[in-house]
Amino acid sequence: MIEIIEKKNTDRMTNEMRIEFAAVSDNEAFARMAVAAFITPLNPTLEEMSDVKTAVSEAVTNAIIHGYENRGSLEDRVHMGCILRGDVLEVEIVDRGVGIADVEMAMEPLYTSRPDLERSGMGFAFMEAFMDNLEVCSDVGFGTSVKMYKKIGTSSWIASEE
Amino acid sequence: MEDFKIIDNYLMIRLPDEVDHHISVDISAKADRYIMSKKVGNVVFDFERTTFMDSSGIGVILGRYKKISCFGGKVYAINADNRIRRLLLLSGMQNIVEIMDSKTKT
Repeated sequence: MIEIIEKKNTDRMTNEMRIEFAAVSDNEAFARMAVAAFITPLNPTLEEMSDVKTAVSEAVTNAIIHGYENRGSLEDRVHMGCILRGDVLEVEIVDRGVGIADVEMAMEPLYTSRPDLERSGMGFAFMEAFMDNLEVCSDVGFGTSVKMYKKIGTSSWIASEE
Repeated sequence: MEDFKIIDNYLMIRLPDEVDHHISVDISAKADRYIMSKKVGNVVFDFERTTFMDSSGIGVILGRYKKISCFGGKVYAINADNRIRRLLLLSGMQNIVEIMDSKTKT
């Protein structure tokens, strides 16, 4: 009984996971599927599931091709952490790559630092559109951290069970 | 897997289930080989099988548009579901790509 009451407190961490993987493009699909599996117990709608998968895919792709300059080296690692606080998902994607000198400019829709790689410049715009909140923190030469938040599932079956 | 077909002056690209950066590098390279060697003028992206796409897919469309538009070619998107349609509209693709109604299957 006590546990159920505590779960209702949205500030409390209810689940957590952390993955580290090589910064190679094969892992883009792995990363978004891992997050999708992690939020499945919350009964997300198809739309919420797609939103999260797209946002994670954007952030991980950025880490691989911009942070680690598309080197495809197994030495370069991407860190991904997910935290659930009640029905709010927090995803953090961190690389220890080159960093972003001007975060504001990088977040401009259609801006891309790598037109040679045929990027659309829509990565951050999609993350913003599909998640509730987005925080980007970057340091040139040290890396980039992208934090995204989204409320998952509109109906909580734990509450209605009582 | 994606597949390619040439019908008259159109390169038809049937996109895979998931279009992300990893797969899009491959699609772009193959599409360009067809465009160059077969001298096709227009490109049609078929989203019938596609359930997931990120901004890399937009990059593939933009890249092909840049290659063929200066020779008067056009780019089409067919069978896009609501999800894909939303991604296309968010990136302003409706200005350069003819997004055909899903019902008009060829």
